[in-house]
Amino acid sequence: MPWPLLVPALAGLAFLVLPLAGLLARAPWQSLPQRLAEPRVLEALRLSLVTATIATAVCLLLGVPLAWLLARTTLPGRRVLRALVTVPLVLPPVVGGVALLLVLGRRGLAGQWLYDAFGVSLPFTTAGVVLAEAFVAMPFLVIAVEGALRAADQRYEEAAATLGASRWTVFHRVTLPMVAPGVLAGAVLCWARALGEFGATITFAGNFPGRTQTMPLAVYLALETDPDAAIVLSLVLLAVSVIVLAGLRDRWTGTA
Amino acid sequence: MSLDSHLVVERPGFRLDVELRAAAGEVVALLGPNGAGKTTALRGLAGLTPLSGGRVELDGAEVHRLPAERRRIGVVFQDYLLFPHLSALDNVAFGPRCQGLRRAAARRVAAELLDRVGLADHAHARPAHLSGGQAQRVALARALAVRPRLLLLDEPLAALDAHTRLEIRAELRRHLAAFDGATVLVTHDPLDAMVLAHRLVVIENGAVVQTGTPSEIARHPRTDYVARLVGLNLYRGEAEGNHVTVGEARFSSAERLTGPVFVAFPPSAVALYRTRPDGSPRNLWRATIDGIERHGDNVRVHLHGPIPLAADVTPSAAADLDLTPGQEIWAAVKATETHAYPA
Repeated sequence: MPWPLLVPALAGLAFLVLPLAGLLARAPWQSLPQRLAEPRVLEALRLSLVTATIATAVCLLLGVPLAWLLARTTLPGRRVLRALVTVPLVLPPVVGGVALLLVLGRRGLAGQWLYDAFGVSLPFTTAGVVLAEAFVAMPFLVIAVEGALRAADQRYEEAAATLGASRWTVFHRVTLPMVAPGVLAGAVLCWARALGEFGATITFAGNFPGRTQTMPLAVYLALETDPDAAIVLSLVLLAVSVIVLAGLRDRWTGTA
Repeated sequence: MSLDSHLVVERPGFRLDVELRAAAGEVVALLGPNGAGKTTALRGLAGLTPLSGGRVELDGAEVHRLPAERRRIGVVFQDYLLFPHLSALDNVAFGPRCQGLRRAAARRVAAELLDRVGLADHAHARPAHLSGGQAQRVALARALAVRPRLLLLDEPLAALDAHTRLEIRAELRRHLAAFDGATVLVTHDPLDAMVLAHRLVVIENGAVVQTGTPSEIARHPRTDYVARLVGLNLYRGEAEGNHVTVGEARFSSAERLTGPVFVAFPPSAVALYRTRPDGSPRNLWRATIDGIERHGDNVRVHLHGPIPLAADVTPSAAADLDLTPGQEIWAAVKATETHAYPA
């Protein structure tokens, strides 16, 4: 093996693995059980899991049809549309949070109307957390599902049409079951991204314990006051990530 | 239920323009080389490829403006395209369900059809667990389950191994005989076409070159492609009485004709000699051997001379003649086996 490849490869590996090892090494293992049982930790964990799951559901509901639109129709300007969909992927999440505030904030374009008409205000609420997470995570789902749709053999859809299936029947009885693994992979990726979301959440939803303080926010806050607590919270997030990765082992890390 | 259609599909560098008819209960085989437009024609009938022109009528009613899902045309696809996530039973029940039947009723219809194709035992198997022959039968049952007005089969036997093919071919023939609508099947295999179809439509380069019953086509091919399919030497020439002139060659034939004609004879009617044979057999030429290959129990010799020629000789005759490519040889064709017919 040529050393100009081997040396940077090993350095890269160390760079990725060492911080995680450090996290494990510095963990307060003795006090771990009672720290995990602290209401603050449990509250943040529960809020994170609930909001990430709802955000994923929202992404599925909106993102799968959007992916279908991008993959299966010959809409004019489809390329521009796809570029727009992927913008939140490269946009700094803080900017996403600011944008959400400008649109959905109480004085925002849509937010003012929502408040006047229904008395609904989204910023700094749990619903706001869900929105911020969905905004940042949806592109992951859309891209995964669109890829699966493009890779799926469309002749099965033609076969369904010759059997008398309407476009909608074809979609939910043939297309969707056939791309189910892709949808699942996209959903898990989306969920993991929502779980780790920080910038857009803190900007749009703030940092109120029990209401909008998710795990990443709690980690950041704890780092200033109680580093050990930050380590414990980080370990929990790391554990969740590893479980997700293990679940997707075959699909993402490749079997090769 | 009868089909009357004129299919025109235009694509860059390709134009399909064929008229296709099939009476109720009739099986028509669309035969042609790869790229002739057979599958395109089938897709045009099914509504999967839009027509650039022409029409599709079923029992006199125009259907070519309807989308595929409203034509009620059953299709058996080349690799069957059974839905991998559904059992054989639910694959067959898919069509009836789309036609508005409740799940239980659709499954009853499907179970009956699976029973008819002899797969009652495999109703709950997923397509991945079916053999090629079984998948083909499920695909046929699925297409028949919508009570189609027209049944289309795209290379129905191409994906099967030789042994299964024999079995499924006979079975398919039985099922097609029991189907009262019109059937169009696409194949590039002349044997499939001859066994399964009442009438053949041969297309080349997007146009019909010959139609007729299998025996008509086997006896009187009109293009080189058809002649090769049915294993005949074929030439186009001018007839005068019992003589036909093809280029520099002169044939004696059994028929008396005048004007442009085709001349056809089987490779087995050609005899080869190292030296000019005694007497003066008619239809005798000097030719050069281009190639030699095994052909069934015989040896096929490809020759060129005044006309290109394929000759079948027995292996022992081939050994006696000591045939080698490039060698010059005498070729004679029996007049009694040489048939001429108007072009």
